[in-house]
Amino acid sequence: MSLLVLDGLSKSFGGLVALGNVNLEIADREYLGIIGPNGAGKTTLLSVLAGQLRPTSGKIVFDGQDITGWSADRVASVGLVRTFQLMRPFESMTVLENVAIASHNKIRSIPKARDHAADVIDRVGLGTYKDAMSGTLPTAGLKRLELARALALEPRVLLLDEVLAGLVPTERAPIIDLLREIHQDGVTVLFVEHIMAAVLALSERLLVMHEGQQLALGVPADVIQDVAVVDAYLGEDY
Amino acid sequence: MTALGVAAPERLADLKRRLPTGARLHFSVLALVLVVMAFLPLVVPESALPVAIRTLVFAIMAVGWNLMSGYGGMFSFGHAAFFGVGAYTNAYLLTAFGVSPWIGMIVGAGLSAGVGVLIAYLCLKYKLAGSYFALATFAFAQMFLLVTLNMEFLNKSEGINIPLLPEESWSMLQFDQGSLYYYWIPLVLLGVAVAVSISFVYSRPGQFAQAIRDDPTAAESLGIKVMKYRLIPVALSCAVTAVAGAFYTQYYLFIGPDQAFGLHVSTDAIIPAVIGGIGTIWGPLIGAAVIGPLSAVVAGFLRDPPPFLEFLYGTSGLDIAIYAILLILIVVFLPKGIYGTIRERRRK
Repeated sequence: MSLLVLDGLSKSFGGLVALGNVNLEIADREYLGIIGPNGAGKTTLLSVLAGQLRPTSGKIVFDGQDITGWSADRVASVGLVRTFQLMRPFESMTVLENVAIASHNKIRSIPKARDHAADVIDRVGLGTYKDAMSGTLPTAGLKRLELARALALEPRVLLLDEVLAGLVPTERAPIIDLLREIHQDGVTVLFVEHIMAAVLALSERLLVMHEGQQLALGVPADVIQDVAVVDAYLGEDY
Repeated sequence: MTALGVAAPERLADLKRRLPTGARLHFSVLALVLVVMAFLPLVVPESALPVAIRTLVFAIMAVGWNLMSGYGGMFSFGHAAFFGVGAYTNAYLLTAFGVSPWIGMIVGAGLSAGVGVLIAYLCLKYKLAGSYFALATFAFAQMFLLVTLNMEFLNKSEGINIPLLPEESWSMLQFDQGSLYYYWIPLVLLGVAVAVSISFVYSRPGQFAQAIRDDPTAAESLGIKVMKYRLIPVALSCAVTAVAGAFYTQYYLFIGPDQAFGLHVSTDAIIPAVIGGIGTIWGPLIGAAVIGPLSAVVAGFLRDPPPFLEFLYGTSGLDIAIYAILLILIVVFLPKGIYGTIRERRRK
């Protein structure tokens, strides 16, 4: 039984087709990597799934329920939560307050939400920055904050948009471990990423996108062998 | 059922636990400020009382404005609309039906909140933000001014006089001229307004509103209903500002279209908050404490200028010019306002 079904999903901006007829079934607890060159439609796909963009046509079914055209807040509330490639912290707030905003989605009480947020912050390794103003965090910290806020919503599906971009390899390793742990805890992950080592280490299946189309889908090792993929992603001279 | 008396200490402990440290600190400071200010008229000369009262009215308006524009991030340039609705609701209910100003105040606050929510809803639905939102609110305030000027039942341009009573009356909110109640009542109203601010800022809806102000897209992606949590601070803001309007009517025993809906009324709500610090609890109060006395000094100066500045006698608009200069100085040197800048330096 698929947790998330994308049925003929398309999105155009005027004449530009950003997403053309994507058909995908994602199983519960799957870790799906999504790669493709810039402009392939990866972020558009996440935005459509998260309810920020309305698809031009097609259907999204989550856990048996048609959620096509739902508002972003409603989609997030049922457990489909995204992070942003360009981090969007609430800058007037501390790290703890930022995450508590997400915890408040299900928890009404202020101290309980803060306790919950503090646990999540410890989990992503931001404990020492708990009371720092979020705007003062370095990139690696902001990436973790994006992740912490999403996790505080206790999502069933996590839509990750390049959580590793802009990090040096030593900063990546602990986040990769964290992502593996989150997945093992039963969260389904859609993982848009350019860092191939991480994609290959984590993904159970790999989707390759190119110009809004599904180019290939399958076991990562097989997909990588695909010549067309190599051409599209790494350039024809590769 | 537990008797209230028995449960009280427990409930107080529970309340303490529920309040974040920041809120507790603010409430303590508020209590202290109110006590100190309550004794103020006993030490300052009687002639300063009207200035102090005007300052309190400024402060209530600015606290109100700050809820929507500071914490909610929706810059209103038309708070005269909400002040005026409060003022006219009270004046009309009292003169037409003999309704107590206390009730008029509450009805006016409710009506004003409704009007504000409707205006903000329309602006937000059609995606007006920033300066466009400010201009739209300004347009609505001007519309109220024009409508009032043409409404027979509101006495058109003549305004409404509140009939003077032969003796003091609590229920009709009227006291002898120079009575200290005219100071203590707005002081209590200000205390309530600040308490509302503190409670809101640290509440779940208040946190949501601030998240939306910082980044609506991120807030929405975390499951927050953006429109709902934008309209809550709007409603509170308009209600608080309307209370200032109702009290203003009672104090001056008069309200006219210009006193209610004039452009200067909107700026009276904005300037103290900007000078003191937008989006802070104490900024509007500190700003009002600067602007209130300053406006009195300027007015006195124009009434009785020194010989070498004789030509300024009776000039109108000098106060506006001085506000403008002050605003420019603040924006350049203390961009977060007096209190906001101090707080920021201390954090670093």
